[in-house]
Amino acid sequence: MLDVRDLEVTFTSGADEVRAVRGVSLTVQKGESYGIVGESGSGKSTVLRAICGLAPTSAGHILLDGKELATPRRPDFYRRVQMVFQDPYASLHPRHTVDAVLSEPLAIHRFDRRDERIAEALSAVGLGQGFRFRYPHQLSGGQRQRVAVARALILEPQILLLDEPTSALDASIQAEVLNLLDRLRAERGLTYVMVSHDLAVISHMCERLMVMEHGLAVEELTRDDLRQRRAGTPYTQRLLKASAGYTREAT
Amino acid sequence: MSLLEVENLRVTFPTRHGPSEVVRGVSFTLGRERLGIVGESGSGKSQTGRALLGLTPPPGKATADRLSFDGSDLRGLSAREWRSLRGQRMSMVMQDPKFSLNPVMPVGKQLMEALRTHGTPRAQAKRASLDMLEAVQIRDPERVFRAYPHELSGGMGQRAMIAMMLVSEPDLLIADEPTSALDVTIQIEVLRILDRLVTDRGMGLIFISHDLRLVSSFCDRVLVMYAGRVVEELRASELHAAQHPYTRGLLNCLPQIDGDRRPLPTLDRDAAWAE
Repeated sequence: MLDVRDLEVTFTSGADEVRAVRGVSLTVQKGESYGIVGESGSGKSTVLRAICGLAPTSAGHILLDGKELATPRRPDFYRRVQMVFQDPYASLHPRHTVDAVLSEPLAIHRFDRRDERIAEALSAVGLGQGFRFRYPHQLSGGQRQRVAVARALILEPQILLLDEPTSALDASIQAEVLNLLDRLRAERGLTYVMVSHDLAVISHMCERLMVMEHGLAVEELTRDDLRQRRAGTPYTQRLLKASAGYTREAT
Repeated sequence: MSLLEVENLRVTFPTRHGPSEVVRGVSFTLGRERLGIVGESGSGKSQTGRALLGLTPPPGKATADRLSFDGSDLRGLSAREWRSLRGQRMSMVMQDPKFSLNPVMPVGKQLMEALRTHGTPRAQAKRASLDMLEAVQIRDPERVFRAYPHELSGGMGQRAMIAMMLVSEPDLLIADEPTSALDVTIQIEVLRILDRLVTDRGMGLIFISHDLRLVSSFCDRVLVMYAGRVVEELRASELHAAQHPYTRGLLNCLPQIDGDRRPLPTLDRDAAWAE
């Protein structure tokens, strides 16, 4: 469904050139959940942003259903592909109510039945109607992230791009949001591309994953590979070891 | 003698509905060891850490029956006396370098500031700062020294922050989620740096985190906080034997690479835990 071929993203400022993504390819099937894992600066979020048209692609192709995407992305692209950002504290406008946040995409895309859609979206993410006219500061982190998910879902997209959707949340809230994402995917047949630094989260959510380092795709693994610790590269092995917790140096 | 003794620490904030107590009678002692304080947002763990440094933001008030650092009473210190302690004998690593470094000042200048404030000459402060940047495994200390915080990645920024807090070689370091903004491999490196400093310099470390598993693999002892109280104190090695349902719930709700529990167990909060 989603095809990324030899994607390159280069940021330039003056004489400096940062090649954030260097030739990354990935294919995501319909209904699949695909994970991208990597350290900070590995380019994992940039891949998502490039798909969404938020980062400049300097080379390569991004195809949706076999058709190359136009830059800038057309409105119908955003009907099909929506993004959930990492930090629900930063991604919601502090002076817009939940209602305003959810109405805006509906107005932009000229949806009908706005009132009902907002009510549906709120209940889909497990927030009652009582939340509709609250401001972000009146919500907890988990509730904000639910609003962010609701905003992405309100256009009834087919693909959700999830950029570290739970890394700003408490463990117990993370479990709730992961369960929510899991349920929504099962109910609506959504396709996920999920970026996270947490191997355990990716392993829980995604059937296949790509490991990235310094803008390069290091390797592609399945969930089973991960569970069997069948990591082909030293880098992935290091990641696996690090996620097991801290081990004291032998002295 | 222990480095830090805390008895019945309480932190209260006035609200429209009367005073709200966010830390409610926390007691512990700290030697030259790694003590973990674990809890979720709102459990009072960060306010506990801040109160120990006299950084309870006004109009909040911190009180305690006993609060002594290296034998001296910390209660009722003047702002000036606090300043002479903070940054020199005790310091704090904050969670996010994005918000706790000064965005319009080069990193090196901020590092030197910590030393210059306490009277170190400029040249010496610069050398100490560069050494410290190297000690926290920054590959190109000269560049980072000149860089502004936005020019650094999260991991680099956090290391710069740790360097800043350690450059004055404090006896007590309070690290409030020092690695939560970092990726796992860097997280482990940063912990290794902290670990080495505790071992080599005999520093006391209070490691505040939401990550129960990480804390238990890193610290010697763990306090689990819920709603402003310590609900359980554990030796880190005995985490699996945790008794309190909250501790157990926190452990269970984490996804695991090997586990396939769907849906993940969530935490059912019992009002009695907050009693």
